[in-house]
Amino acid sequence: MAARRWQGWQRSLAPWLLPVALLLGWELAARTGWLSSRILPEPWAVAQAFYTLIESGELWAHLRTSLWRALSGFAIGGGAGLVLGLLTGSFRSAETLLDTTLQMIRNIPALALIPLVILWFGIDETAKLFLLAVGVFFPVYLNTFHGIRSADQGLIEMARSYGLKGWPLYRDVILPAALPSILVGVRFSLGLVWVLLIVAETISAQEGIGYMTMNAREFLQTDVVLVGILLYALLGKFADLFARGLERHFLRWNPAYR
Amino acid sequence: MYPASIPVDTELFAFTPEPPAQGTVLRRQGVSVTLEGLSKGYAGRRVLDSVGLHLRAGEFVAVVGRSGCGKSTLLRAIAHLESADAGEVRIGSGHVAADTRLMFQEARLLPWKTVLENVALGLPHGLNAAAAALATVGLGGRADAWPSELSGGQRQRVALARALVHEPQLLLLDEPLGALDALTRIEMQQLIESLWRQRGFTAVLVTHDVQEALALADRVLLIEDGGIALDVAVDLPRPRQRGSAGFAALEQQLLNQLLNQRKAA
Repeated sequence: MAARRWQGWQRSLAPWLLPVALLLGWELAARTGWLSSRILPEPWAVAQAFYTLIESGELWAHLRTSLWRALSGFAIGGGAGLVLGLLTGSFRSAETLLDTTLQMIRNIPALALIPLVILWFGIDETAKLFLLAVGVFFPVYLNTFHGIRSADQGLIEMARSYGLKGWPLYRDVILPAALPSILVGVRFSLGLVWVLLIVAETISAQEGIGYMTMNAREFLQTDVVLVGILLYALLGKFADLFARGLERHFLRWNPAYR
Repeated sequence: MYPASIPVDTELFAFTPEPPAQGTVLRRQGVSVTLEGLSKGYAGRRVLDSVGLHLRAGEFVAVVGRSGCGKSTLLRAIAHLESADAGEVRIGSGHVAADTRLMFQEARLLPWKTVLENVALGLPHGLNAAAAALATVGLGGRADAWPSELSGGQRQRVALARALVHEPQLLLLDEPLGALDALTRIEMQQLIESLWRQRGFTAVLVTHDVQEALALADRVLLIEDGGIALDVAVDLPRPRQRGSAGFAALEQQLLNQLLNQRKAA
């Protein structure tokens, strides 16, 4: 009993061994002067900077702005990707009409659009949302399209022979069959949204984690820069946990996700 | 047992595991099936060449033949899953659409629906009937399981319950037991036989297993070169004894035909 509990502890602690060791090594290197604080401040200084930023309320304001941008960009881009993916996946005519165009646009990196986006929307909020939405659109679109197309034809044939057609067929058979693929797209997009957000916020912004980080760089505040970078890592991790939660809920019928 | 919220209507599916005595069939619900000059080809190759056939209401017919001989195509044409190039399939009198259900080679259960929901597919308010049908195939206790948690034989039993809950007049079986192990297979054959004797639907079983055909069918059709090469009445008492002389003689006759064909080819 005790042995088993000890094994359980080991298993839950093991993934954190390496990060903690790195942290200790880093602290040691900074204390002994191997690492200049201009290059990398000691972890303790980063923690202090973190605390100061929380206390002044600055961190929360930046975080809120960034979160809002990420969420609305994801909602717009992901929503459009889902709707268009369902459309082109379900109707051949929609695929003929739209897919070639979308595939051409897909090959343009979202970040290559920055000059054009600045010309169109200036440097305000719309420009950032546009960049995020374009970047997030394609993973969701492609995976939705692919999910619908690769739905098991045998199941569809079976459901048809049992009298299902139209919306019930779509709701009970085609959509659930596409869901694993759609969720892969969502997970990929949630990862991408932070990358795009960093770039979008470093173009020009008055608020947000990216702005905070770039601003700190101007004043050589490496500790604040590190706080920003760590925040992105944390947000990315949370987004991934969220996506995995979605999978675990919606794909609970699948032994691979239980 | 079922949760108390699902009252089970056992009247509809009064099922005794013992097969009923000769002649005491509860209800005859089968339909006759007539094929006239049925032809079907794929990419220039004739799979069925003007097949004519009449099945009596309530008859159990097995269709055997080598792989790719067109036996599955015949079944799918009867189910209207394939459109015939020429000819006609008439089910029943043709005036009223008869209820036809098909069991596939794979169970084809929807993995994202529970066993009970799978059986109730296509029945908007059929959860009670579905629970009762599950009980008749002996899976009443697994109603809330996911299909992925069942064994292959259990999945096919769920598929059987799903077909039977619609009270079909014609049940088409497309090698549904092909992937099961030998013991499960014999159990499933007994289950299918007892349900057929009880309800009297017309049954068409496609199989490559001559023994299975002889264990279940009133009549065995052998398909060869796009047509019916042999039409044998199986006049053996039920339940069939696999070792009996009559059984062995019929098995030999069918196997000879199948093997001769290989020599010719």
